[in-house]
Parts: sequence; C-alpha cells; structure tokens
Amino acid sequence: MKKNNQRSIPKRVPMREQSAKERALNFNEVALGYGPEEAVAEASRCLQCKSAPCMRGCPVEVDIPSFVSLIAEGDFDAAIKKIKEKNCLPAICGRVCPQENQCEKFCTLSKKGEPLAIGRLEKFVADHERESGKISLPKKKGPTNKKVAVIGSGPAGLACAGDLAKLGHSVTIFEALHKSGGVLAYGIPEFRLPKTVVEKEIDFIKKLGAEIKTNIVIGKTKMIDELFSEGYDAVFLGTGAGLPRFLRVPGENLNGVYSANEFLTRANLMKAYLFPKYDTPIKRGENVVVVGGGNVAMDSARTALRLGAKNVYLLYRRTEEEMPARREEVQHAKEEGIKFRILATPKRFIGVDGWITAVECIKTRLGEPDESGRRKPVIKEGSDFLLPADVVIIAIGTMANPVLLEATPDIELNGKGYIAVKKNFRTSKEGVFAGGDITTGSATVILAIGTGKTAALEINNYLLT
Amino acid sequence: MFKILKKEKLAPLVFGFEIEAPEIARKAKPGQFVVLRIDELGERIPLTIYDFNEKNSSISLIFQEVGKTTRQLASLSRGDFIGDVVGPLGKPSEIKNFGTVVCVAGGVGAAVIFPIARALKKAGNRVITILGARNKELLILEKELSSISDDFFITTDDGSKGKCGVCTDILEGLIEGGQEINRVIAVGPAIMMKFVCETTRPHGIKMIVSLNSIMVDGTGMCGSCRVTVGGETKFCCVDGPEFDGHLVDFDELMNRQKMYLEEENTSLKEHEAKELKKGKCGCKRDK
Ligand SMILES: Cc1cc2nc3c(=O)[nH]c(=O)nc-3n(C[C@H](O)[C@H](O)[C@H](O)COP(=O)(O)OP(=O)(O)OC[C@H]3O[C@@H](n4cnc5c(N)ncnc54)[C@H](O)[C@@H]3O)c2cc1C
Ligand SMILES: Cc1cc2nc3c(=O)[nH]c(=O)nc-3n(C[C@H](O)[C@H](O)[C@H](O)COP(=O)(O)OP(=O)(O)OC[C@H]3O[C@@H](n4cnc5c(N)ncnc54)[C@H](O)[C@@H]3O)c2cc1C
Ligand code: SF4
Ligand code: SF4
Ligand code: FES
Repeated sequence: MKKNNQRSIPKRVPMREQSAKERALNFNEVALGYGPEEAVAEASRCLQCKSAPCMRGCPVEVDIPSFVSLIAEGDFDAAIKKIKEKNCLPAICGRVCPQENQCEKFCTLSKKGEPLAIGRLEKFVADHERESGKISLPKKKGPTNKKVAVIGSGPAGLACAGDLAKLGHSVTIFEALHKSGGVLAYGIPEFRLPKTVVEKEIDFIKKLGAEIKTNIVIGKTKMIDELFSEGYDAVFLGTGAGLPRFLRVPGENLNGVYSANEFLTRANLMKAYLFPKYDTPIKRGENVVVVGGGNVAMDSARTALRLGAKNVYLLYRRTEEEMPARREEVQHAKEEGIKFRILATPKRFIGVDGWITAVECIKTRLGEPDESGRRKPVIKEGSDFLLPADVVIIAIGTMANPVLLEATPDIELNGKGYIAVKKNFRTSKEGVFAGGDITTGSATVILAIGTGKTAALEINNYLLT
Repeated sequence: MFKILKKEKLAPLVFGFEIEAPEIARKAKPGQFVVLRIDELGERIPLTIYDFNEKNSSISLIFQEVGKTTRQLASLSRGDFIGDVVGPLGKPSEIKNFGTVVCVAGGVGAAVIFPIARALKKAGNRVITILGARNKELLILEKELSSISDDFFITTDDGSKGKCGVCTDILEGLIEGGQEINRVIAVGPAIMMKFVCETTRPHGIKMIVSLNSIMVDGTGMCGSCRVTVGGETKFCCVDGPEFDGHLVDFDELMNRQKMYLEEENTSLKEHEAKELKKGKCGCKRDK
C-alpha cells in the first residue's frame, strides 16, 4: 500500500538553474524558474487537501490549494490574482521565503516524498504576470479621506501601505534612502532577487495608490509629531533592524573589514560590482573571510566570490545544523565553492600597515543549550589557527537603528531595544503602529509582510472608529 | 531632484552651492550635514550644511574638488539638478554659553565651522577664530568668519597672508598668553585636528572635533563611518560627526580615509578621460 502510494506521486519537477561554475562568475539570477509546462506539471502534484495544512505555514495565509489548482488548469492570470488577494509581493516571496520552514513544511506530500514546490509556483505566476505586462489591479474601496504615513519602504511598510490603499486611505511612504525596498533593495543580492523584480513589485504598490517619498529620514528631516500636525491620522513604523553588530574583537576597524550591511549596500544598492561605471568602490578580495551562518552571511560570501575572490571562507561558531540560513542557500554556496569552516570564531584581526591580512581564529565545540534552545558554542583553548584574508565581512546580525527611536522618546521599547507593540500593533504613542523587523528583530520578508498587513487592518479599525 | 539656485567660486577648487531643499532647510542646525548623490551612477557623499535659509527654503554647501564626485559636482551650474540630497544628518553641535570658545578651521573646514561659530557667538560666547590654509588663495570665508568673531587670526603655511605657520602656533600663543579658554573646536584635515588636540590636551581644555570619515548611507545602517572614540567604536554619521577630540583615534581615522585611494584614482582618471573625449578641459563646466 505504502509503496503504491509512493509510486503514484510523481517527483517534484526540478527547476532550471545556472550551473554553479557559470553563476559564480556573474550576478545574474541563479534560479531560472519553471516554464509553463513545468509549472502545470508541478501544480498537478497537489492533492488539494481539504484542510490545506500548507496554509498554516504561510504567515499571510495565501490560498495555496486554489492558486495551485488554477495553475494546473493553465489559468495563470487567475492564479496570480488569487495570490495577490493575500500577498502583494509574490515575485519576491516566491524567491526568498524560507518555504522549507513555512508552507512547504506542512505540505501533505512531504510525508511521502518531496513537498509541492509552492514557492517556485508562486514565483512562476508572478513572473508570468510581470513579463506579460498585464498587471491587473484589485478593487479599491472608496476614499475614506484619512491619511496614513508609513515610515520605511521595506516589506513591512510596502505591505501595510498596499493594504491601506486598497481600503481607501491615502498613504504616503517615507524612505530614508534614495531607493525604496529596504533590505530587498540594499541587502539581498541581484543573483537571488533581481532588482527589476523588486522595482516592479514596488510599482504595483504605487499603482494601488501609495505614494513614496525617498530621501526623507523620519526623526531627522521630519518628526512623527509633525506628520500628525500635517494632517496624517495614523503612522506605521516599518524601519527595520538596520544597525550592524560587530564582534568587538581587536583589529575590527582595520581597512578591509566590513559589516555585511556595508558590503552588501555597496554591492547591491550602489552597484559597486559595476565599478567604475558606477562610482561607489568596493574592495575585491583574493582571500575573503565571512563571519556568520545566516542568509546574510551566505549572501556576503557569494557576492565576494562573484567579485573575483579566489578563496571565500565562511566562519561559523556552531555546526551546519544550527545555521539559520535557508538550506537552499547553504547548498548553493557550497556548490559555488564557498569553504565552510564551522565550529570556529574570530579571536582577533591581524593587519599590516592598517590593512587586514589574516584572521586569528579559535575552534569551538557545542556545549549546553542556551535560551534559544540552540547549543552554545564553547571555546577550545589553545586551538588557534590563522586564515589569510584581505577582506573580512562580519555578518553576525543587526540591532534596532537608533535614529528614529532617539527622536521619539515617547515610543516605548522592549528589553532588546526594539519597539514594543501590543497585540493590535499599537505602540505606546497614540496613533502610531509598528511592524516588521523593528518590532521582532531580524526575521523574514514574509513575516514582515504579515505584520504590515495585520497592522493595516488595525489601523483601519483605528481610523474608522 | 534638487535644484542648484546659485553657484559661486570661492577659491581655486572650492565652490559654494545654494540648493533648493525646503524640508532640510527647515530642520538644519549647525554641525549637521547632508548626503548627496548626483545621479543614478553616482556615489553618496557627505557635505556639511554651511548655511540654511528657511525663508528661501534653501541650504548652502561649500565643497572642495578632491576627487571624481566633487569634480563632477563642480561641473554643475546654476539651474542644474542634483538627484538626491538627504538630511539634515548627524547630531547638531552643542550650542551654549561656554564662555570663551576658540574655533580652529583648516581649509574647507572653515565651511563646517562657520555655522557653529555663528551660533556660539549668538549664544553669548566670546568667539576667537583661527583660520588656516596652505596659502592666501586657499583661504575661504575670511569676511564671514571675522564678522562673527571677537578675535580673528589667519595663518598660512607659506606666509602669503596672516602669520606664517600653522594654526596651532596661534592657539599655543593664546594659551601661553594666559587667555582663558573654555572650549576649542577644530575642523579640518584629520592631521590638523590631531595636532590641535595635542595642543590642548596638556592644558585640559575641552576639545571638540568634527570628523570626516568615509560614509555611505549616513543613517547608521552600514558602519562604513566607524571611528574609535575612547576605545569604543562609534558611527560618525549618527553618534557624531562631533566628538571629544581627546578621545579620538586619529591614526585609525586617517588610515580608514585611505581605504579606497586606488579606486578613487581609477574613478578620477576615467572621469578625466571622459571629459577629454567630450573636448572639454574639465576645469570649468562640462555640461
Ligand atoms: C542580506 C539579507 C538577506 C536576507 N535574506 C532573506 C531571505 O532570503 N528570506 C527572508 O525571508 N528574509 C531574508 N532577510 C530578512 C528580511 O530581509 C527582513 O526580515 C525584512 O526585510 C524586514 O523587513 P522590514 O520592512 O521590517 O525592514 P527593512 O527591509 O529593513 O526596511 C526598512 C526600511 O526603512 C527605512 N528606514 C529606517 N529608518 C528610517 C527612518 N527613520 N525614516 C525613513 N525610513 C527609514 C530603511 O532605509 C529601510 O529601507 C534577509 C536580510 C538580509 C539583510
Ligand atoms: C560629516 C562630513 C562632512 C563633510 N563636509 C564637507 C564639506 O562641507 N565640504 C567638503 O569639501 N568636504 C566635506 N566632507 C568631505 C567630503 O565628503 C569628501 O571630500 C568627498 O566625499 C570626496 O569625494 P570625491 O569623490 O570627490 O573624492 P574621492 O576621490 O572619492 O576621495 C577623496 C578624499 O575624500 C574622502 N572620501 C571619499 N569618499 C568619501 C565619502 N563617501 N565620505 C567621506 N569622505 C570620503 C577620501 O577619504 C579621500 O581622502 C565631509 C565629510 C564628512 C564625513
Ligand atoms: S508567501 Fe511564502 S510562505 Fe506564503 S505561500 Fe508564498 S512562499 Fe509560501
Ligand atoms: S498540503 Fe500540499 S498537497 Fe495539500 S493542498 Fe497544500 S500544497 Fe497541495
Ligand atoms: S555612513 Fe553608514 S553607518 Fe554611518
């Protein structure tokens, strides 16, 4: 019986990718995606489970069985409409959601084989719509004559603004940088999330009616209280967790040592990989050491490789099992030739004439579990070793950016320095709501979207009662 | 887009721009800066807000041509646009009545110190200004600074104007002459600020410097601008740009300023080659 079942379920349709050798030398997207036949074939594997366990894994509750069955029927236009009822940034989520921990984790098929490739299908229909150029807009409610200011144009802000606009409110997004998208624009590299895709999804939010004002730092150019006096009725804060953390070990300010935020911002936002056509420079290392084990570390390592590094070492103090990065990204990084050095951590950075030349590392072992449940790394005394390095990238996480928070002392923070929000996404300041990384610490795109959407509903309630 | 309302040449390679930027003008305070990007291909560079006029809804910037971006900026004219300008960034200067404040400016540092000195004067301080440059041609804002200073000194390296020597000579003279000094503020090249700090250190005089580290976003997001102050890493753009000069690791700052020397040269050479191709000399306006 069991055997029979296994045979009756066809295997997951593989997705075409650039080969590891080829892609390690360019910044083009790694995943080439499904074609229509492949998408239909993959969609046809769905069992259309009545209880749709997959939906439990999606923070924005995309109606997965419905959109998948529309793909299986070949009605791609209807499929994307279905997704967009819940998720306004599908081409982005289809690419960067950690599906293996979310929707696909709960898919019934995974009990008997590989789960349905929900993310790839989402990417396929979103790309199909974008490439066809026929972007349909959902119905909007009539104007409510209420104005909302959204601070930050990352996924949380975009999702919140999109939904508020659909509900008939007039929405303005204020963004500190010259370009909108938050981490989608400055952090996640082109080869994983092409910037044209991000721009098109942002265009969709604009088409819904949200206006975006770049080059405005709230807390500097304008204060929250001024927004209220200018006639905004509510404010949503989606400012992200953009302050890079450093290791605080000697030599960290040597030339050639970067935070991942700086390295990736130079490469992505400022297009330093196209220097000197673009003015912003970046150091192209021969031996690059990346410290960390998350998506940010993988992105940094793979960017350094594409900038021409001979050796890229990834230094992580736990084992591959504990790495917070997506499996797929770890896999891709390995295929491309990133050298993993697990159970080790930097002790000090060594330089000559002010430039980094090597990282003095020390080995670790896993000890007792810490608060997060992960086993804590313990230093193995006397196990020092050296890694040569002319560029080092520190990707050990971020904290709350202080700019806005310092300017608004009346917004309460939680113990970790992030904005404290109540269940309904309200902050301690009247009329001010918050969501995304600035409330949770670094999380995921789809969680940020989820909080942005729920906050939009709460703001709607607040405005209309 | 930000319109250039006025352009002025202040010295060889030093220009002043007045830029339409109502939102920044409304908020700017002495000591703050903007980050600008000329166009889509451009890098983001920080420049101090020299003056701000809320009524005109404009800000003024003064900059020296040192590399590709400032050279390209200098080639723009009145009526042209700058793609992106964001600010005011950084913490404003501490303005109080301290008593007697000595303001020491080197080169284009004069542009940074002017709004601070003016505010200090207005707050009731006795303001003594020392303006230094390599030679007479490179002195800027002489009139403006002297008009708001109780005492005003000029030094040039070659003696072409004022006292021959460096600005620390005058400062030392003042201190040794028994002048009561409650605070010294120095802005200029890192090496000059370092020497001013060494001059005041033995006398325990409060010392403020405005640091010019390399920046990208200017909002605390990247850490490119990190400096060591009192043994701790600080971000110049959000924690500064002003710091207690006696705590700053100037050698590290000077080292970090050299990070992209090679790339800056490449960039400038490419730019010059392009200017040549266009048949323009590149010294005035290539638009
Ligand atoms: C390199 C990298 C790779 C990642 N990879 C993945 C992945 O594969 N999958 C995944 O799900 N997640 C990934 N993440 C995490 C994900 O990107 C974030 O959780 C998500 O972007 C958070 O969204 P947000 O809207 O809260 O904030 P952000 O995306 O950080 O956006 C905040 C925006 O607010 C702006 N801002 C900040 N302060 C102000 C102010 N005072 N005034 C005006 N504007 C302001 C910022 O400039 C920024 O544009 C990655 C993160 C990084 C850094
Ligand atoms: C807070 C602050 C305020 C400043 N105010 C003024 C001002 O009012 N007037 C003025 O003339 N200059 C000012 N500067 C310096 C100015 O930013 C640099 O001269 C300019 O960035 C040089 O760019 P470039 O491409 O022309 O030269 P490049 O060839 O790139 O570099 C020449 C020199 O400028 C430094 N530099 C390069 N890029 C940057 C960057 N992104 N940020 C900071 N320094 C950099 C380099 O260390 C190098 O020594 C300020 C700097 C800071 C940090
Ligand atoms: S949005 Fe993300 S979690 Fe939700 S269905 Fe799509 S890929 Fe899965
Ligand atoms: S759990 Fe899997 S098989 Fe079942 S409906 Fe969802 S996607 Fe289809
Ligand atoms: S310039 Fe990026 S943090 Fe200061």
